[in-house]
Amino acid sequence: MIGLTELRNTERELHQFGTRVIVAAVVVLASFVLLGARFVWLQLIQHEYYHTRAEDNRIAIVPLPPRRGLIFDRNGTVLARNYSAYTLEIAPRKVHDVEDTIKMLSEVVAIGPRDRSRFAKHLVEARNAESLPIRTRLADEEVARFAVNRYRFSGVEIKARHFRQYPFGATASHVLGYIGRIDARDVEELETLGVEANYRGTEYIGKRGVEATYQQSLHGVTGFEQVEIDAAGRGIRSLSQTPARPGRDVTLTLDIRLQEVAEAAFASRRGALVALDPADGAVLAFVSMPGYDPNLFVDGIDLQSWKALNSSADRPLNNRAIAGLYPPGSTFKPFMALAALSLGQRTPNSTIQDPGYFVLGERRFRDSRPGGHGTVNLRKSIVVSSDVYYYQLAHDMGIEAIAGFMRQFGFGSRTGIDLEGEAAGVLPSPEWKLKRFVRREQQRWYAGETISIGIGQGYNAYTPLQLAAATAAIANGGALYRPHVVAHIDNPRTGERESIAPQLLRQIPLKPEHVAFVQEAMAGVNQEGTGARAFAGAEYTSAGKTGTAQVIGIKQNEKYDESKVDERLRDHSLFIAFAPLQSPKIALAVVVENGGFGSRTAAPIARTVLDYYLLGKRTEASVQESDDADMESP
Amino acid sequence: MELTRGTIRRLARSSIDGIDGTLLTVVLMLTALGIATLYSASEESPERVVSQLRHLAAALAAMWLAARTPLPLIMRSALPVYAVGLLLLIGVALFGDVVNGARRWLSFGVMRFQPSEMMKIAMPLMLAWYFHRNEGSVRWREFSVAGVLVAVPALLIARQPDLGTALLVAAAGFYVIFFAGLSWKAMGGLAALALASLPPIWSLLHDYQRQRILTLLDPTQDPLGAGYHIIQSTIAIGSGGLSGKGWLNGSQAHLEFIPERHTDFIFAVYSEEFGLIGNCVLLVLYTLLIARGLAIAAQAATLFSRLLAGAISLIFFTYACVNIGMVSGVLPVVGVPLPFLSYGGTALLTLFVAIGLLMNVQKQRKLIRT
Repeated sequence: MIGLTELRNTERELHQFGTRVIVAAVVVLASFVLLGARFVWLQLIQHEYYHTRAEDNRIAIVPLPPRRGLIFDRNGTVLARNYSAYTLEIAPRKVHDVEDTIKMLSEVVAIGPRDRSRFAKHLVEARNAESLPIRTRLADEEVARFAVNRYRFSGVEIKARHFRQYPFGATASHVLGYIGRIDARDVEELETLGVEANYRGTEYIGKRGVEATYQQSLHGVTGFEQVEIDAAGRGIRSLSQTPARPGRDVTLTLDIRLQEVAEAAFASRRGALVALDPADGAVLAFVSMPGYDPNLFVDGIDLQSWKALNSSADRPLNNRAIAGLYPPGSTFKPFMALAALSLGQRTPNSTIQDPGYFVLGERRFRDSRPGGHGTVNLRKSIVVSSDVYYYQLAHDMGIEAIAGFMRQFGFGSRTGIDLEGEAAGVLPSPEWKLKRFVRREQQRWYAGETISIGIGQGYNAYTPLQLAAATAAIANGGALYRPHVVAHIDNPRTGERESIAPQLLRQIPLKPEHVAFVQEAMAGVNQEGTGARAFAGAEYTSAGKTGTAQVIGIKQNEKYDESKVDERLRDHSLFIAFAPLQSPKIALAVVVENGGFGSRTAAPIARTVLDYYLLGKRTEASVQESDDADMESP
Repeated sequence: MELTRGTIRRLARSSIDGIDGTLLTVVLMLTALGIATLYSASEESPERVVSQLRHLAAALAAMWLAARTPLPLIMRSALPVYAVGLLLLIGVALFGDVVNGARRWLSFGVMRFQPSEMMKIAMPLMLAWYFHRNEGSVRWREFSVAGVLVAVPALLIARQPDLGTALLVAAAGFYVIFFAGLSWKAMGGLAALALASLPPIWSLLHDYQRQRILTLLDPTQDPLGAGYHIIQSTIAIGSGGLSGKGWLNGSQAHLEFIPERHTDFIFAVYSEEFGLIGNCVLLVLYTLLIARGLAIAAQAATLFSRLLAGAISLIFFTYACVNIGMVSGVLPVVGVPLPFLSYGGTALLTLFVAIGLLMNVQKQRKLIRT
């Protein structure tokens, strides 16, 4: 009986439970249907309204990009400035068909093939950009014509923008560099610096040269404006404003007139020149030829110009002064002489016999002058540029001593100049060879290799800047300064000035009489030696040394015949100099690619630069005839 | 060889024994949608996703345990778990950590723990056990005791203050009472009482809670303050349209207009990117989950398992409905995560334990049939 009631109870309970489950299911379904109805309301019926609100109805924070700082030369001449102009910009994400829009736009505003290819390049490089320029520097009437047709183009706007202008064009282009649109790599770098917020609204960034190295100073501080925006995306009113603070102005150590003279002296030749103030390492002229017009990059370079610059055999984008590596040739000899004196290997009076060749084991090393220079002492070795003297000297000193001494002058290490892309060069030593090569027989240092190091050939490879800095160290008695192109940075609002202090990298321990001896010998080069022709009639005292760097190896029993060698395989012409002899004001190094003997092309360029800097005289660099070639050494 | 292979096969079969394929499939689909949305909501950075996957691994292990622990053992543990939960709640009230102005967390050295989360499971377990113990003689007295068992922890949680969780815990208890057969008349009376108690409760509410209710009624009143969440999330949902803006393309979410977009408001991100179609998919998945749970409940062998399975199914429903209703602007903002989609380890763990319990009930029915 009891069991039966329990069973019946259980059955009743089960039935009741079943009912409740059904009730629950109905409630669940009803609730979900109601939610579904809510979605239909929001997402279908009210969709347009919410879509518009999602797009536009909000308070926008509009960044106010700062005005970029100006760049001046040491005399206050403007080298980089800004001007404002109207640009026509397309917001790629707000436009359905970019091609179509451009076609329609070209009926209103002139759009050339260069504009199109430039826009195409922007589109590839900056996919996430809010708006990209299709035309820059619109004329007033074009602005007016677009304004009338504005309703036809959603996602296209006219904007007033600041543009960079380099009034001197290609002059000093390798120092100034240029600005370009911020790309993905720049963004990454800004993020690692933690300054990306300050670049909201900024479109351009320094890509090369001073524009790049002093980017953070030039940029300034971005301001912000809170703007209420209506459903159509137009600003209604400004709610608050924090003005931008303009970038700081940068003044270079460069003298743009000297720079112009130096660049003109190169004419159409390729090469580099660096002129320094021996007192503090300030760069007075910095030439890398050919240059390029940085104005091309300002509103985005078009594809054709970019390809032309990149594929030119003259490599105009290559900064030869800090990235070009050249064997110093005979310009290395004054440093070798100084090493010989400092290390006690030679005295000024010790002499050798130069029969025109040097024998090491089985090998004969030729002098550039077939019969040799006869009896040669240290001074004469520099003045006439005797090779045999330095073959013997290098052999006596050994490679370790040479490398150890030259390292002090900064050969083979970056100077740390305030420009990007500097190469370190190669200061040859057994240690370097061990690192450089993998195969055992290549890693070994051969005694014969030391011999060619002595005359600046072999593995020697330095930048013109290194050569100039080392020359300045001879000029000033052994102080190696870090070269710099910027003199001071000024805040245009507060007048606050940050001066770039000269930075002494090293005071090389040299005996003053040794330095004086080498200086005097170098003065002899310009008076009676290989530089005499170029410096004939100079109204100041000067010291110099010619050099010729082989581009191709000439076999020892072959004669180098310039006329038979392709122009680009001809020797490089080098010259180092400083002036005046007492308390020098300028030290420089010149490399003329494929210029032949140093006395022929590089020395006249040096003369022109020194003339202008010391006397304010403009002279034409004249190429000398080859009749004094027998005075030369390779 | 033969022997070991056989052993392995037997081991493999026995390890998935008790895992309900339908439930697991639905739940994993929901979790997958959640992780996809989470990836979008966290600006495509994988950290949160990886962390949520780690939570998922732990949750699956907990589910497996919950599904395989013998039911009698679970029944016996109901009272102790409930008691411990209650003690911890008292502990929180006395010594808890204050986070965001609310005292919800208990610190155990390196980890912090929300006892209120534990109550979400402990509550239905306790009540199911209590009714099961009094099976056949459930009368007014039993229902009153059950009411007290529900009210005490719910009030403690409400005092933290965490109104959302308090309501959910109370709802979990109420569902057990509902399935246990509280008469419709009594429920009607309770509803009337609840309505009558609204004014005094209103006076007890914190300002921010009142604000939430007021802004729910008219979010435009306070567009930059409390109404901001609701306005932005409805804009997100509405702008999604029929088919959504596409995965990773929600502008509201990516422009950071949606607050709490990884946790409580993840539905707004989902809805903006997948649109009405995506919402329907989500509702269908929840319906399948709840239907499966109710079916398991309807066929369960004992009163305990019936009540437990039924209550758990409705808990899933409540979570989903309250969260979606809140984000789409028809219910107050009460801080309830969207089940299986919202980011958070504790919530995921609780949900998967509940799934495991459902599976356990289902397995037991199978055993009795055979």
